[in-house]
Amino acid sequence: MAMLSFERKYRVPGGTLVGGNLFDFWVGPFYVGFFGVTTAFFAVVGTVMLAWGAALGHTWNLWRINIAPPDLKYGLALAPLQAGGLWQIVTVCAIGAFVSWALREVEICRKLGMGLHVPFAFSFAILAYVTLVVIRPVLLGAWGHGFPYGIISHLDWVSNTGYQYLHFHYNPAHMLAVSFFFTTTFALALHGSLILSATNPKKGEPVKTAEHENTYFRDTIGYSIGTLGIHRLGLFLALSAGFWSAVCILISGPFWTRGWPEWWSWWLNLPIWRH
Amino acid sequence: MNPLAARTLTVNPARHAARAAAMGTLALLLAACEHPPMDSVQNGYRGLGMVQVSDPRLGSPTDNSIPPALPRAPDVPGGPLAGDTFKNVQVLKDVPVAEFARLMATMTTWVAPQQGCNYCHAAADLASDALYTKVVARRMLEMTRHINADWHSHVGDTGVTCYSCHRGHNVPQYVWFTDPGPANASPYAGNLAGQNQPAPSVRLAALPNDPFTAYLGGSKAITVIDRSALRPDADKGASIKDAEQTYGLMMHITGALGVNCTFCHNSRSFFDWDQSTPQRVTAWYGIRMVRDLNQAYLTPLTGKFPPERLGPHGDGPKLNCATCHQGVHKPLNGVSMLPDYPELAGRH
Repeated sequence: MAMLSFERKYRVPGGTLVGGNLFDFWVGPFYVGFFGVTTAFFAVVGTVMLAWGAALGHTWNLWRINIAPPDLKYGLALAPLQAGGLWQIVTVCAIGAFVSWALREVEICRKLGMGLHVPFAFSFAILAYVTLVVIRPVLLGAWGHGFPYGIISHLDWVSNTGYQYLHFHYNPAHMLAVSFFFTTTFALALHGSLILSATNPKKGEPVKTAEHENTYFRDTIGYSIGTLGIHRLGLFLALSAGFWSAVCILISGPFWTRGWPEWWSWWLNLPIWRH
Repeated sequence: MNPLAARTLTVNPARHAARAAAMGTLALLLAACEHPPMDSVQNGYRGLGMVQVSDPRLGSPTDNSIPPALPRAPDVPGGPLAGDTFKNVQVLKDVPVAEFARLMATMTTWVAPQQGCNYCHAAADLASDALYTKVVARRMLEMTRHINADWHSHVGDTGVTCYSCHRGHNVPQYVWFTDPGPANASPYAGNLAGQNQPAPSVRLAALPNDPFTAYLGGSKAITVIDRSALRPDADKGASIKDAEQTYGLMMHITGALGVNCTFCHNSRSFFDWDQSTPQRVTAWYGIRMVRDLNQAYLTPLTGKFPPERLGPHGDGPKLNCATCHQGVHKPLNGVSMLPDYPELAGRH
């Protein structure tokens, strides 16, 4: 693969977190590193386990393959392979692969002398996953509370787990998460369209500047967050969406067992209007 | 001036108040929550999410223990029967006299422990039907026997007694009347159309808040999911509000039984019996039973009640799932009282 003329000078050895210069090299455009190897290891083992689970199951229909967690009766113990043990191995592999990938990002950032914003952001996605399959199951006392690995089966889990709390739209953290997801797409659409509008003037006109972009928003809504600020805002919105998603499922069960509409009784019971 | 000193000088009371309010709100939010460890019961395939999670520290809203029974009178074959001995016995005619007396004493503790016999019986003439409570009690005895004899599909061998619903109260704690709606609603902007207000009947959701009149007083169709993608124009099917009203009824059932939706349904397909739990069948019969009891027993009694027993629309007290279940999926935790009172099952 072709390499840009200036690229080579950024490909410097060092900056690794563990293992010194072990695996500190590139394959084509990809940096390998110790954590690249561990990522590949966990990803391959996990995928093979999924394939094995599918082979033990009753279908090869991609939509219906289901690698389910153990029955609740196994609690936080290891389960037999065909009764949820595979799910446990896959979970370990998934966390190993995700965390390895984040650490590989850290190493690349260190080589380039950059901030750690990208691995920091990715760690929110990992946090959401770990919340679902480790933290919440541990708080509820059984791995069986994790979600199953399967395209349709995990959706069934989402639906039923939501209905365990009768009406999930009343979950306050779910409200925040949904609002942040929509706001993220809203902000991204505004930002993307603004940049494209500045860089696509009509034929014969010069490409417009950041000041045009700022002026557009000042004229429209009286304020422009600015070229750096929009990216801070975007990261904040996106990470908030993931963070509150994790919170909304974490509190469902471990910290609230009734219907979510009932949780709002604290609001109805505020002394200013309580009968 | 030292900027730090300036900061300490400019601490203003408004900011303190704001911080106190924020901390207060946070404390309120945390106080509104529960904490692990929780109990959980799986009632579906592993990983399907059909699980009942409950807080063992919350307890039940009512006492579900069984009151002690008086010792049974020994059966005397060929002994005198209540119907032959007392005047105006219409339901318990075939009960031996001693057992009849025991049941009357027991019913007093179940239904009128404060008022005693004279809550139903005129003191001058126990056989008289002068008090409305006696007329109602007679009909309720018939209803109890009807439930135990004809609604085995719902109550099983456990059956019911007066205590299943009354629990020491003249009127069971959980009955319903047709909801009159807000007191001062205008027909325009103030008309909430029976929804959009937190209502205990639907567990504080904004769903239509009187699911009882239509579904348990009447027999409105509960199923709203279309079984075909297209339907003829003339047949509009169920509206979104119909679906929300069904949802409201289901919310009531969850509260009455202390369960969540997945106790009966696999939410991936609410209507599909093949994917539902066996409990859904019991619940289906339960809904039909409640309709039968409201339509054949409770509603016809409306004219017998004094005004203070009637609801805002002049309708009498009626049953729903909570009347008997009172927060547990098996009323009185599934303990049958019938072995002590076989005459209420119509068998002895």
